[in-house]
Amino acid sequence: MTSLLEAQGVAIEGRLHPTDLDVEAGSLVALIGANGSGKTSLLRALAAVEMSGGRVAIDGEDLASVPPARRPHLLTFLPASRDVIWPIRAHDLIVLGSPRDEAERIDRLLDRLELESLADRPANQLSTGERARVLLARAMAPSPRLLLLDEPLSNLDPYWVLRTIELLRETVREAGCSAVVSLHDIDRVSSFDRALLVDQGRIAADLAPAAMLGSAELSRSFRVEKGSSGWRISSPEGPRSSP
Amino acid sequence: MALLVLAALHLFVPLGPLIELRRSDPALASLLLTEIRLPRTLLAAGYGAVLGMTGAALQANFANPLASPDITGSSSGAALGAVLGAYWFAIADPLALAAFGAGGAGLALLALILLAGRRSDTATLLLAGVAIALAAGAATSLLLALAPSPFAFYDSFEWLMGSFVDRSLPQAAAALIPAGIACALLARRARALDLMALGEDVAASLGFPPRRVGIEVVALSAIAVGACVSVCGAIGFVGLIAPYAARRLTGGHPGRAMVPAALIGGILLVLADLAVRLAPAGRVIPVGILTTVVGTPLFIWLVVGMRRRLAS
Repeated sequence: MTSLLEAQGVAIEGRLHPTDLDVEAGSLVALIGANGSGKTSLLRALAAVEMSGGRVAIDGEDLASVPPARRPHLLTFLPASRDVIWPIRAHDLIVLGSPRDEAERIDRLLDRLELESLADRPANQLSTGERARVLLARAMAPSPRLLLLDEPLSNLDPYWVLRTIELLRETVREAGCSAVVSLHDIDRVSSFDRALLVDQGRIAADLAPAAMLGSAELSRSFRVEKGSSGWRISSPEGPRSSP
Repeated sequence: MALLVLAALHLFVPLGPLIELRRSDPALASLLLTEIRLPRTLLAAGYGAVLGMTGAALQANFANPLASPDITGSSSGAALGAVLGAYWFAIADPLALAAFGAGGAGLALLALILLAGRRSDTATLLLAGVAIALAAGAATSLLLALAPSPFAFYDSFEWLMGSFVDRSLPQAAAALIPAGIACALLARRARALDLMALGEDVAASLGFPPRRVGIEVVALSAIAVGACVSVCGAIGFVGLIAPYAARRLTGGHPGRAMVPAALIGGILLVLADLAVRLAPAGRVIPVGILTTVVGTPLFIWLVVGMRRRLAS
């Protein structure tokens, strides 16, 4: 299968070591790692937000030479922040940054994320969880080839956590696109096709989800281990150092 | 359209003296219209538009509805630059003075970024802006007190308080041509500033590097504000209120609010300058005083509204 994303040597000075990553079309990739491990840095580098070296290509198109009008077709990036300053209607916020307002597709997205009743409300007056869904819809609106989502499940209630994963799965299957999704809750990796463990600014493990959950790398990195009643602290070591 | 009607009103009213003069000395009447009233009308409408436009651009760039040329200290910085040029370098050429004004405004905005960061919270932005405005104001007073001309303080009073009285056409041109070019370039950044509403990282991922956009916005705003302040002095609150009203017309989008904010700013300042003409004969009220008197309660209302929203 051909790679949808080809990243070679992407790096951010002091935070992300030169990293190679290939992602196949149609795959849902989970990105896990302890606080400060470099998950967000990797996503930002892949989204060409910040990069001190390396190259990112999507469907063979080098991001460095892609004009702004083409970018949303190739990738969208959802940052972890849910802040919205301006009183922009939720619907308008969702289509902001999309190359075209395809009413039918946007209506379908609003329907899938149950946002119709919120569409006319100013986004800065919504609850954090509602804003999280609006901002996810914004990232999905242009139907990009690659979705780079930083903790999209945070601030969501259990229903929306499950529904969002389901929606990502449907989107990847229907559009043949891919998504790289950072997660806070390591148990959620089992819903993904592939799991990447980021530790001290580099990809420390790249495994199938089931293998990742039982891996020594995961236990070492998170300092937890799987017990009969769930995760428990595995080591009394002092505070971890950031990369 | 409303701006054009008001500008025409501003130009021709009071009509009585103009008609009377036209009967007795048509040449003088035409001189009154083109040399005295026209620069005043152009400056009122143009400076108002500049304040609206740059206010909207700065608010979008700093992601803060309270950023504006006066609140960020850039108007005070521009006044400092212009005073330095006029009283210490004896510069009379309006265009050279405009450059000094732009330099002062640019340094004030640079200081704001260094003090408060590029996207700071409201309290930090306000405190940094107040500190810069106070420092620039004190430095301006010191420069005037120690200026070679003993009349510098007296001379500069009416100028620094913000006024359009007795400005010439070349002065209007020196303020409005560079400001107009800067505003036209700012208008081209509307989409980038709208995208920055989604956060700097999203704008960057869509190919609009926020740092570059920010440098452009700050530099162009400094040129526009600096040029106008060097001719008319600092005028407060229009750059704060006009973008607020404009965003109500653009569904909250901060970037595309720039042009409506310019129109609203122009209307507000033309209205304000019409109002100060109602002052008793022989008295001159600088228009900057009126905008501050009217603008302060509106500013307080904005701050209280913001506080309530944060509390809820």
